[in-house]
Amino acid sequence: MNTKTFAAFVGPSIFLMLLFIAAPLVSVFMQSFYVTQPVFEQVEVETCTPGFPNQTCVTETKIQPVLGEDGKVVTDVKYVGLESYYNVLEPDRAWAALKVFDFDALLTIDFWKALRFTLTFTLVTLPLVIGVGLAIAITVNNATRMIRGPIIFVSLLPFIITPVIGALSIRWLFIGDGIMTAFLEWWLNQDIAMFAQGWTIELLMMFYRVWHVAPFAFLVFYAGLQTVNQDTLESAVIDGASRWERLRYVIIPHLMPLIVFVSLIHLMDSYRVFEEIVGFSSQAYRISLQWLTYDLLTPDDSGNRSISRASASAMLTMIGIVVLLIPLLRKTWRDHKGGRV
Amino acid sequence: MSSPKSMQQPMALQLTSVGFLAFWCLIAAFPIFWIAVMSFKDPIDAFASNPLSVIFGPETVATGRGLSIVSIVVGIAFLWYTVHLALTLLPKMVNKYTPPHLLVPGWIIGALVFAIGFLIVFAGILPPVLGAVNSILGPLGKPILGLTTEHYKAVWVENAFYENFINSMIVTVGVVTVSLTVGTLAGYGLARAGSAGSFIAFWILIIALVFRALPHSVLVAGYLPPFINSAEILSPILGDAAPTLYGKPWAVIAVLVSINQPFTIWMLRSFFQNIPNELDEAARVDGCTHFQAFRWVIMPVMWPGVITTGLFSFLLAYNDYLVCSLLLDAQNQTMVPAIAGYFNRETTTTDQVEAVAAAVSIIAPLFLLIMIFQRQIVSGLTAGAVKG
Repeated sequence: MNTKTFAAFVGPSIFLMLLFIAAPLVSVFMQSFYVTQPVFEQVEVETCTPGFPNQTCVTETKIQPVLGEDGKVVTDVKYVGLESYYNVLEPDRAWAALKVFDFDALLTIDFWKALRFTLTFTLVTLPLVIGVGLAIAITVNNATRMIRGPIIFVSLLPFIITPVIGALSIRWLFIGDGIMTAFLEWWLNQDIAMFAQGWTIELLMMFYRVWHVAPFAFLVFYAGLQTVNQDTLESAVIDGASRWERLRYVIIPHLMPLIVFVSLIHLMDSYRVFEEIVGFSSQAYRISLQWLTYDLLTPDDSGNRSISRASASAMLTMIGIVVLLIPLLRKTWRDHKGGRV
Repeated sequence: MSSPKSMQQPMALQLTSVGFLAFWCLIAAFPIFWIAVMSFKDPIDAFASNPLSVIFGPETVATGRGLSIVSIVVGIAFLWYTVHLALTLLPKMVNKYTPPHLLVPGWIIGALVFAIGFLIVFAGILPPVLGAVNSILGPLGKPILGLTTEHYKAVWVENAFYENFINSMIVTVGVVTVSLTVGTLAGYGLARAGSAGSFIAFWILIIALVFRALPHSVLVAGYLPPFINSAEILSPILGDAAPTLYGKPWAVIAVLVSINQPFTIWMLRSFFQNIPNELDEAARVDGCTHFQAFRWVIMPVMWPGVITTGLFSFLLAYNDYLVCSLLLDAQNQTMVPAIAGYFNRETTTTDQVEAVAAAVSIIAPLFLLIMIFQRQIVSGLTAGAVKG
C-alpha cells in the first residue's frame, strides 16, 4: 500500500482526531491563562421625578456593561497568568488549614473536597470490584453449563444500562421510605434517612459503582478462566494441593495480567466519576473532580460560564491522569520496544 | 465433559456457590426489575414501604385500573407467542425477502415492522377486547394486579418525551454511522500498512489509553467557547452562512465520534488483522483498486467486527450525559440529560413516578439490545483484555 492510499484511508480519522481532540486540549490550556470579562463603565445618570415647585432630580453613578454597536455586551480578554489556578486551588486557605491539621476546613474548598472524594472512591471500590468479579467468575465457571448463559445475561444488565439511570434506580429503592430504607429500619431498629448526610450517600455511590463494574470484571476473568491449563491443575491435585491452594497458586497467577488490566481500567474510570453525582444528586455533600469542571461550565444564575476556572480545573484533573498513566505508558512502551505490540 | 472424582466438589461448596450466584443475580436484576414495576403503579403504591403493596398495587386496583386473572393469562400467552414468532417466523421472512448483500438493513426493517405490529396488537387491540371480556366474566374479570400506563402517557404524550427520543436517535444513529465509516477505513488502512502501520497503530493505542482515562469534561471545556462563538469565528470563511455550533446535534455527533475514534480504530484494526491478507491480494490481482478490494471483498466478511464495534459506539452515544447536556440547549436535548429535568423537579410524587417511567423507557431498548447481541457484547469486552 503506497503512502497516498494509506493517507486516503487514514486521513479522515486523523483529521477528526486533530480537530476535536488535539485542538480542544490546546485551547483548554490557553484558556486557563486568560479571563474573558464584560467591559464595565461608570456613568452618571440623572433621574428626575415630577415635584413642586421644581422637579426633584437625583444624580447617581452606576456601573453598567458597555454595549457595542450591535447591541451586545462588549467583552475583553485579559491575560491573568496563574490566577485561575489560584482561584481553584486557594493555596492560602488550604495551607492555613493544613498547618493546624484542620481537615474539615481544608474540605470546605471545592477542589480539595472533590479530590478527597475522588481518591477515596477510587481506592475503596477497586478491591471490591476485583474481589466480587473474581468470586462470580469462579463460581460461574464451576457451575453447570446450562445456567451460564442466563447468568451472563443478568450480569450484563447493570453494566450496560445508562449509568445515570442505574444510579437513579438504586436511589429510588432508598429514597424517603422506599422499601430498602424500610427494610434497613426494620432490621437495625432505628430511624434511617439515607440522603440526609454525606457518608451514607457516599456508601450508596460506592455500592452503585461496584454493582455497575463487577460484571465487567467477571466477564474478563471468566474468559481468562477458560484458558487455565488443566494439566497444571491436575498435577496440583496429585501433589495434594487443596482447593484453596489451587486457587491461590495456579488460578490467581494465571489471571494476574487480567487482574492488572481490570484494575487499570477501573482506576481510569473511577477517577472520572461523574454520573453518580448526577444520579444521587449528591452535589450538596459530595462532588468529584469531573463534576467540579462540569459545574463551572454550566451557566450560573446570571447565565455566565466560568470558562477560565473550568479550564484551570480541567488542567489540574489532567495532571492527575498523567500521574495515573505514567507506569502504564512506560510498560506499553517497553512492550513496544520488545516488539510485542 | 466429566471431571475426575478428585476434582468434584463437595456438597457444601456446591450449595454455597449456588446460593452466592442466586444472591448475585438478585442484586444485579432487582433495582432494574423494581423500577419497572414502580413505573406502572399509582405514586402511593410505587413509593410504599411494603414491597407487596408495590407489586400488587392496592391503591391502583382500588381506582379500577388493573389486570384480572384472565388478562394476565392472555397477556402472558400473547407475549410467549410473540417471542416464538420472533424466533421462527421473523428470520424466515427476512431471509426470504432480502437479497444477501442487504441482510443488515433487511433485519433492521424486519425488526421494526415486527415491533410496530406487536405494539399495535398489544397496546391497541388487546386492552379494549380484554376490557369487554372482563366485564362479562364477573368475579374472574375483577382486577387483582394494579397496573396503569398513565405515567408513560404523561411522559411521552403530554411532556413530549418523543422529541428527546428523536434527538437521541439522531445523535446515536449519526455517531454509529460516522464512527464506523471513518473507523473502518482507518482500521483497514492501518492493518494493511506494514511497518508504518504498526508504528502509527502503537501511537493510536497510546492515545486510546489516554482517552480512556481523560475526563470528557476536560474536552468539553475546550469545545464550549469556540462552539458558542463559532458564527463569528467562521464568518470570514463561510460568510453569513456560518453556523453556531452550540446546540446543534451534528456538532455533538462530531464530538462523540472523535472522542470514541481511537477506541474504534483500535478494535477494528485487530478485527482486520484476523482477515487474511491473501483475500485482498487476490482481489488486487483481479484488477481491483485498494478501495474496490475493501468495498467488495473485505466489507462482506467483516460484519462481526463492525457489529461489535458499532454496539460500543451506540452505547457511548446513547448513555452519554455530560457532552449532550453541556453542548445541546434545552430545546433539543437527548433523553438521558432530559430525565435530569424530571427528577430534579420532583415536586409531587406523581412527578417522581413520571421520572421512573421515563427512566424505564430509556433502558427498555438496552434490554432488547443485550438479548439480541449478548454474544457480541461479551466478545467485544473480553477481546481487548485477553489479547493483551
